[in-house]
Amino acid sequence: MANPLKTEVIRLYKNLLYLGREYPQGAAYFRQRLKSAFMKNKDVTDPEKIKQLVARGDHVIKELEALYFLRKYRAMKKRYYEPEK
Amino acid sequence: MSGRVLVGVKRVIDYAVKIRVKPDNTGVVTDGVKHSMNPFCEIAVEEAVKLKEKKLIKEVVAVSCGPQQSQETIRTALAMGADRGIHVDVSGKDYENLGPLQVSKILAALAKQEDAQLILLGKQAIDDDCNQTGQMTAALLDWPQGTFASEVSLEGDKINLVREIDGGLEHIKINTPAVITADLRLNTPRYATLPNIMKAKKKKIATVKPADLGVDLTSRLEVLKVEEPPQRQAGMKVETVEDLVVKLKEAGRV
Repeated sequence: MANPLKTEVIRLYKNLLYLGREYPQGAAYFRQRLKSAFMKNKDVTDPEKIKQLVARGDHVIKELEALYFLRKYRAMKKRYYEPEK
Repeated sequence: MSGRVLVGVKRVIDYAVKIRVKPDNTGVVTDGVKHSMNPFCEIAVEEAVKLKEKKLIKEVVAVSCGPQQSQETIRTALAMGADRGIHVDVSGKDYENLGPLQVSKILAALAKQEDAQLILLGKQAIDDDCNQTGQMTAALLDWPQGTFASEVSLEGDKINLVREIDGGLEHIKINTPAVITADLRLNTPRYATLPNIMKAKKKKIATVKPADLGVDLTSRLEVLKVEEPPQRQAGMKVETVEDLVVKLKEAGRV
């Protein structure tokens, strides 16, 4: 019923929480926003809708990974390389 | 050829943390400060894992030298795709004196013990900025070195490498076994997500002591003092070009 989806949602939440530790504005801020985002949808029962929301969450994971990479890359480039003329 | 690659990873203070010097000027505050894998080491791990995914090498072994916490860094490497880890246990005073010379002696001993075909390292660590470990390791092993690599490709038992140098890009071909140090543009390291970290818990990390490898850790360097860089002086605004010239003459710059 909702059970296989329940594990999906919990998995998504845990993954996002783990990623949030490195969030620039702080892990606590991220956790707050994450929790309220999930709580907002807690009454959704339609499996299709849930799958869509989970897919959106996976997309957010990819965006966060890209954000972290770009931050690090730009910081390293600024510190170790001459600016392009 | 064993098809085994050794990747050195270093646990450093996270790149985004604001560094503070200890009040007694003996070093930098590390207690309670966020640590993570050196960014250039991440690039080295990514390259090793990519080579394994292309089936050009068989096994990726992540190595880190340091106290117990270095195992976290090895776990990150395992989560990125390394097969197993070796933790060289160095702590206390030995760890404070651990520098590129000691680490390269350890890596050279491990390379012989593990019959490594390739050693991949980051070009430098963001905490000490030495940029020496790769070069010293190659010298101790009498292996060719490809430093500041921005492109690596294996061709038979040789390696084609593109190096980022001041004048541009240098293309070289070196024999294996070899030491390669990774530069920023070599690749885009993958993120060690929670599922990968969980899967990596099954992978093994062996612990060895430097004495087991017959390595002497005495350092020939002594840190005398650590201090902050001079504070940036506030700038001055002037109204006209004549004022500027007067101020420059006063400061003895013209």
